[in-house]
Amino acid sequence: MTTIRIDGRDCPTRSDINLLQACLEAGANLPYFCWHPELGSVGACRQCAIKQFSGPEDRKGRIVMACMTPVSENAIISIDDPEARDFRAGVIEWMMVNHPHDCPVCEEGSECHLQDMTVMTGHNTRRYRFTKRTHRNQDLGPFVKHEMNRCIACYRCVRFYRDYAGGDDLAAFASHDNVYFGRAEDGTLRNAFSGNLVEICPTGVFTDKPFSAVYTRKWDMRGAPSVCVHCAVGCNTIVNAREETLRRVLNRYNTDINRYVLCDRGRFGHGFINAPTRIRTPLRAIDGQQVPVPMADALTAFARMATQGRIVGIVSPRAALETCFSLHALVGPEHFSTGQTRQEQECTELAHTLLTRHPGALPTLHEMESADAVLVLGEDVCATAPRLGLSLRQSVRQASFHTADNAKVPRWMDAAVRTLGGECPSNLHILTPAPTDLDNVAAETFRAAPDDIARLGFAIAYAIDPFAPPVTDLTPDDAAHAARIAQALMAARKPLVVSGMQYGSPTLMQATASIAAALVRTIPAAGLSLVLPECNSMGLAMLGGLPLETVMEQARAGEISTLVVVENDLTRHLDLADVADLVAAVPNIVVIDHTMTPLCQHASLVLPIATFSESNGTLVNQEGRAQRFFQAVFPPAPIQAGWRWIQALARSLDPSMHPITGLIDWRDLDEALAALAMAFPDLAPAVMAAPEADYRINGEKLRSQTYRASGRTVIRSFVSVRDQPPPASPDTPFSSSMEGAYEPDMPGALVPYYQTPAWNSVQALNRFQSEIGGPMRGGPSGIRLLSPAENQNTEAQPYAYATDIPAPYIPQADTVLVLPDTRLFGSEELSMFSPPITARSSAPTLGLPASATGSGRMVLHLEDGPHDLPVEPVPGLPEGTVLCPTHMVARAFRFPRIARLEGLTDGGERP
Amino acid sequence: MTSSALLTIILTPLLLLALATLLTWVERRLLGLWQDRHGPNRVGPGGMFQAVADGIKILFKQDWIPPFADRDVFILAPAIGMMTALLSFAVIPITMGTGIAGDLNVGLLFILAMMGLGVYAVVLAGWSSNSKFALLGGMRAAAQMISYEVFMGLALLGVVMMAGSFSLHDIVTAQAGLWFIIPQCLGFGVFLLAGIAETHRLPFDLPEGENELGAGFHTEYSGMKFGMFFIAEYAGIVLVSSLVTTLYLGGWRGPLLPPAVWFLLKTGGMVAFFILLRASLPRPRYDQLMALGWKVLLPLSLLNVMATGTILMLRASL
Amino acid sequence: MFNTLRTLLLTALHAFHRRATVQYPEQQPYLPPRYRGRIVLSRDPDGEERCVACNLCAVACPVDCISLQKTETDGRWRPEYFRINFSRCIFCGFCEEACPTYAIQLTPDFEMGEYARPNLVYEKEDLLISGTGKYPDYSFYNVAGIPIPGKERGASERERPPIDLHSLLP
Repeated sequence: MTTIRIDGRDCPTRSDINLLQACLEAGANLPYFCWHPELGSVGACRQCAIKQFSGPEDRKGRIVMACMTPVSENAIISIDDPEARDFRAGVIEWMMVNHPHDCPVCEEGSECHLQDMTVMTGHNTRRYRFTKRTHRNQDLGPFVKHEMNRCIACYRCVRFYRDYAGGDDLAAFASHDNVYFGRAEDGTLRNAFSGNLVEICPTGVFTDKPFSAVYTRKWDMRGAPSVCVHCAVGCNTIVNAREETLRRVLNRYNTDINRYVLCDRGRFGHGFINAPTRIRTPLRAIDGQQVPVPMADALTAFARMATQGRIVGIVSPRAALETCFSLHALVGPEHFSTGQTRQEQECTELAHTLLTRHPGALPTLHEMESADAVLVLGEDVCATAPRLGLSLRQSVRQASFHTADNAKVPRWMDAAVRTLGGECPSNLHILTPAPTDLDNVAAETFRAAPDDIARLGFAIAYAIDPFAPPVTDLTPDDAAHAARIAQALMAARKPLVVSGMQYGSPTLMQATASIAAALVRTIPAAGLSLVLPECNSMGLAMLGGLPLETVMEQARAGEISTLVVVENDLTRHLDLADVADLVAAVPNIVVIDHTMTPLCQHASLVLPIATFSESNGTLVNQEGRAQRFFQAVFPPAPIQAGWRWIQALARSLDPSMHPITGLIDWRDLDEALAALAMAFPDLAPAVMAAPEADYRINGEKLRSQTYRASGRTVIRSFVSVRDQPPPASPDTPFSSSMEGAYEPDMPGALVPYYQTPAWNSVQALNRFQSEIGGPMRGGPSGIRLLSPAENQNTEAQPYAYATDIPAPYIPQADTVLVLPDTRLFGSEELSMFSPPITARSSAPTLGLPASATGSGRMVLHLEDGPHDLPVEPVPGLPEGTVLCPTHMVARAFRFPRIARLEGLTDGGERP
Repeated sequence: MTSSALLTIILTPLLLLALATLLTWVERRLLGLWQDRHGPNRVGPGGMFQAVADGIKILFKQDWIPPFADRDVFILAPAIGMMTALLSFAVIPITMGTGIAGDLNVGLLFILAMMGLGVYAVVLAGWSSNSKFALLGGMRAAAQMISYEVFMGLALLGVVMMAGSFSLHDIVTAQAGLWFIIPQCLGFGVFLLAGIAETHRLPFDLPEGENELGAGFHTEYSGMKFGMFFIAEYAGIVLVSSLVTTLYLGGWRGPLLPPAVWFLLKTGGMVAFFILLRASLPRPRYDQLMALGWKVLLPLSLLNVMATGTILMLRASL
Repeated sequence: MFNTLRTLLLTALHAFHRRATVQYPEQQPYLPPRYRGRIVLSRDPDGEERCVACNLCAVACPVDCISLQKTETDGRWRPEYFRINFSRCIFCGFCEEACPTYAIQLTPDFEMGEYARPNLVYEKEDLLISGTGKYPDYSFYNVAGIPIPGKERGASERERPPIDLHSLLP
């Protein structure tokens, strides 16, 4: 810590930052463009000019760029100095020279950093009366809209896209005043993080295309802190809604997880909420047809079903914790299924066990960025947990940071550090069957079948810790490879091992945990991270329940009369034949879901549930962090939160036949969570994931609309001209209107939008952080349920290594091993109901080893029949395997899958 | 009782009520005239039926008695006000031999008595309403009306002394040569001011001064009960005007025109004067009003009595 | 005393003054063009809706009686719906001041009494007029950098044609 003097005011500040950060952290309003907390400084825009004085006697001073000047002890600077002000006014006037007159039709308007900075600088009249430069735009695909005329050439976009996110199809073109940011030719931006350009761009060059179709100004939208439901990473989001429809999803800063960046699946995957597939009313099967019925009829129908026999409940890893627990309370633990196949459930439970047993660190995504050696085993993290993949990409820069530290170059001096980093070797090792997006920054990649990767993993563990079980009959190449990786990991200060259940292989995760545990022998900070498939997989693993196979057995035995399926499309987990069996064996299937999944066709009762944007609940992400999401939309009557539906079902039952206590008495979410905490002590801290519904600031609820939300007296006047009170929910501390408290040090879990005086763009976030890039002023969002095990891997307390080392994979002559090709756009269930994601996803192809000779199309024989697919050679794919997109060819995907593959005859006819 | 008397009993209140109602319209038209605008001119010829429209409106208003009011007194108060105003007209001589109840030899005393009773309407209304504004209005009314009754009576004493009778008929007859306004100019002034104060008209409407007391003693009144206070006030104006005519302006006397027309003209002129006062003068402070009464009007009226008495004595002794 | 009498006289003399009241239905007062009455949405000189659904009128409205939703056709922004609740409107004219395209204008028409309040909720069809209102020549898209059908990129007022990215000439 040090102190600097800003305009005569002494401000304590950190010594390893630049003056711009110091000024912003001190609460001063200093305009800037090209600097970004995550991207560092390049000094491209010249906007943050200030005066620096050499000492108290220096009256003249000199203009410096605040973002390029490190904080020095007792520095004396001035923001308000007339010369500095004039300099900044001149810069903004230059920038505005070519800026078009189109703010009214710009999606950035109302949250535009350029607008804010122009106002802050005081530039309000255009003096330039000559012609403006114009650019042609490009079609950048379904996510991002391009309007190059608005560009101020701050270079943030290419720095983010190329340097940070590793994209290669966005670049700066042309020269001098004409500089152009775009692709070499029109086309979809390929990078998985292209959507962040919307937030990164300080003006309206890159805007949110799906949002533009339902555009609303920022001040008009209700915001709510939320959690992404499209993978298990649990990125924090802000959902924006108006007129009770969801309009967009924005990044919400969580210092430990997603920070400033959200993947495109999370940002654009919310389309399922307003899609035509949405269920909005209860449906009842009458004479083979599903007809809309009132809520009371639906509940009566359920009560009648319940008299016929046993009720079994199936939840899903994408349902909120409260929903799962309420069904658990309704049907009882012996009739409660997690809705996963045995293999999936074993994998998630194993992941939970391995993480709790891990003696080292369980790093957050942010901590992963500072890992200096990373080993990824058998998981394409860029597809299954994209944000985690981005963190691993950042970890590659650790070597360049160390070089920069040695060269006394501050880490935020982006261009210099990246130049230095050009010669620094990567320490990222990737062992996967198929290529991943991280391969281009990896030190080395290794392609093998999952079992072979597990074997190599055990070999690495053995190379690190001789107490680990050895792997016999390893090829000399593999042994050398294992030794090399082991050496790289052991040389690191913060090594990290990452795996997951993409390939459904428990041994792979065992091997990963073994490596991490072995590393702890010498490096206590060694980290382990396991990627899970769904947003609440970890929560469900901690809740426990029966696998689907057990439910199938009970159903076939005729023991189930009513099956309540909550937010689960069983056709994605069970083969068609199994689904048919289940439908035949169970007389009543009640599906509670928000989207018309194929399973709904077989349901005798379908109940509409609220989505994450319409209800409040808790999700546990893959690192065991319980996080609360809040509603931005108040859905019309029959749609309600999952646990309220299940409560309504419970209340409709005959109390003499089904004595259910607790569940039917819950009045709000907090009572549901309290009951959960009583029943599952492991999950008890989830209560504290966010402040309770009676949380108040200065006696007031928290407002979820900006102070200038418009149209209050007219927005629903086409229905009735009478004023209605704003909707309210007993589950949240938010008021749904513009009335209530809002301040920068509100709890991190309860920030509904970012806005402070003079800062209307997302850059207002700086004011909400205790230090820029650091924790939120109001405390963290969410709470970790897992903590590293206390027993270190020592001689006295050795780690219990797994010993079931698999046999090497031997390619078969007549069959192939079908490996899941998990796709960022296409494999995840809900996002595929979102139109922009569907547009972005590509048709399924069959990946074959490059050596395999095949015609353009081949036929893959899966359990549900033959599939004729175009073939694509995949370099490095092991012999005897094929890569098949999950859920896109056969709806259900189960591990491991051995299938027959045959080429088409010359005539193209199927044999 | 003859049928004509019965007819008089029925017709007179109706006629007077109609007159008072019409007066509300006349007042608004005149105020408009003096304030460069039109006043109500939409309903009927010249807006004449505006009074009818207002009457219908007020009749159909909800008649609300506040739960905290003293119910019986609350209902009684406007009735007293209405009754005293109407009763006073009984002894006003319109022409020689024409009057509602004929000539009463203590007519002036009867009128003073009725006016004295009129105070009860206001005081009881203010008291029974049980609200602070009404109570304040009632208190003011009591003090103001009782005080001004004193000067009124003293001012009239001069007229009575000159006429030598309490009968209004005799008083008019006594003005055959000279209207009393000339010899009794002091008394006329005092009586006029006291008359305004008695009827709590502007500018002496402190009991209901709306910008300080809401609506004063009738704050809690609504519907036709309020309407009765309203009508009583206008009846009061006509009463005071006709009294001034009778006592000081020679009653029905005048050349050329028939006596009844003269009476109506003079009374109408006085009513117009009352309205002109309202149109032009601001309301004094309450203490100023009381000071005017006790410090100016009382000595003046006493002086008037003394002077009249002295002159009469001197004239008699000659 | 004298003052009081003088006041009475002066007031009485007003009986001979001209009356200031305008007898409204029979006698129509002169309303200047900038009188703030009923709100309309005007059109471009070429007949297209001027409103670009920027929401600035809605946010400027002190009684929050304007609501609209943006939609887009051929690069032109326009309101999908545009609703004003005139039973709330106070005719302050802030919306007109806020409008960057001269679309929303207040007119000298104030005769909009209704017996039922829902009739005072005006939709876009009720608000749109066929003319340009007070600003006959203004067209937002002539000065904005956005291309629309009939106007190429770089063809707005004071704009150069688009840059040829393949040229490195200064």
